[in-house]
Amino acid sequence: MDISQLKIKLGEKFKGIEEADKIDLSGFIVPADQLHEIIVFLKEYEKGKFNYLFNLTCTDNGDSFTMLYYMESVEERANVVVKTNIDREKPVIPTVADLFPAAEYLEREVYDLFGVVFENHPDLRRLFLEDDFGYPLRKDFKDEINIIER
Amino acid sequence: MSEEVKNIIVSENEDYVINMGPQHPSTHGVLRLEVCLNGETVKWLRPHCGYIHRGIEKMCESLTYPQIIHLTDRMDYLSAHINNEAVCLCVEKALEVEVPERVKYIRTILAELTRLNSHQLWWSAFGMDLGALTTFFYGLRDREKILDIFEESFGSRLLHSFNTPGGLMHDVHPNFQKHIKEFIKYFRKKLPEYNQLLTDNVIFHERSKGVGYLTKEEAIAWGVTGPSGRGSGFECDIRKHYPYSAYDKVEFNEILYTEGDTFARYKARMDEMWESMNIIEQLVDNIPDDGHTAKMKAVLKLPEGEYNQRVETARGELDVLIKSDGNKTPTRVKFRSPNFNNLFVLNKIASGGKIADLVAISGSLDLVIPDIDR
Repeated sequence: MDISQLKIKLGEKFKGIEEADKIDLSGFIVPADQLHEIIVFLKEYEKGKFNYLFNLTCTDNGDSFTMLYYMESVEERANVVVKTNIDREKPVIPTVADLFPAAEYLEREVYDLFGVVFENHPDLRRLFLEDDFGYPLRKDFKDEINIIER
Repeated sequence: MSEEVKNIIVSENEDYVINMGPQHPSTHGVLRLEVCLNGETVKWLRPHCGYIHRGIEKMCESLTYPQIIHLTDRMDYLSAHINNEAVCLCVEKALEVEVPERVKYIRTILAELTRLNSHQLWWSAFGMDLGALTTFFYGLRDREKILDIFEESFGSRLLHSFNTPGGLMHDVHPNFQKHIKEFIKYFRKKLPEYNQLLTDNVIFHERSKGVGYLTKEEAIAWGVTGPSGRGSGFECDIRKHYPYSAYDKVEFNEILYTEGDTFARYKARMDEMWESMNIIEQLVDNIPDDGHTAKMKAVLKLPEGEYNQRVETARGELDVLIKSDGNKTPTRVKFRSPNFNNLFVLNKIASGGKIADLVAISGSLDLVIPDIDR
């Protein structure tokens, strides 16, 4: 599939889309408020639907969070990564669990480990840890008992 | 017994919720399923994870790349070699290192041996879950032969950590090829026994056919990969579609079944064992002799960026994401583990069925719990 064509199509339809650099798959940086529409657009893209969300995760950049959505078109065997930066103090982002059932649990994991709140998520509870544990994958997380820093 | 206990009656409209696990034998690990029952019918179920959460992703952030390899063994311990390989491939991709052909061949052979070993144990335990105790003895008897090959070359049987970024820890034992060929010859005779014992068994058919339907669309939407996804017709074999190591040099079929029930998932794994043996036979005689490791620096520092590597473990797609800022330790490592996605589809496919079928369905998904919690 021609990813450059996809980029032109995305640019026509949405504003503020940049191409991601320093990533080994083709990716786009999109604004957080348009994320849900862009994921819908990619899922329904006429030249090969990106219908398989194979990874969803978050990274802590120190001053902001980046959400990463890895999508694959099963028919065309093409991959695309959607990245969006969100505020670290108030991390809120719309859920994609209504589009991909797999995202429901991947988002719960991100909520558990980073504290990112997913709007309209059907069942946003912690997945692994206790309620008062804190958010361990944040860079400023300090565990007084089990020190893992070196 | 006191009067109080005797008088507990569950009315027809009342939810009856029981916990299956965390120490239930059929979950093969510490997983708790909160199951809501109406008589014997499962109304819904809710998996509770975290009993064996070790924070591997957090630990990786303070370790160097060669050290991370040793933690990945402990995720899906039955696909230990393939987990190691995933991290190695990702680091090699980032450093743009070309590993010797010998390494690629040996890695592929070992990955397929690991897959065979994993499927043998799954078959043994799956039969036992359904009440056929003999399968456990047959499966473990043959698995022992593979573990002996591992032990001879790496000194350990389960978690070998034999891969390093750039190649292998050391070269394989001189008898490596000979013993693999002996094993393949042996196992080609023994695998039809498995079919006689379980695949052609009428009781087994009754237990597994038409139980736990998963359509192709659902498999894609829920991200169910590996033999469980291919039992529903989802073409998700990373070895075929995104070849790595020596998979582009061998011919093999992607096993696909379209029925989507427990029996289709079972058959997908059984056929995969034949394919694994085909792959090993194509490679084992032509291992090139160009060294067991590429020239690597003593301290590995990945260039700034995000790197992604997908591999096919025995249970599905493992996806390693490494984010580096140029230091010797990563800033973020994420493992997209196959069992994580395969577990959460359980509510979808087991609801509405009987509780006895729940054991068959979760067995056919072949879950390894430490891979879910990480």
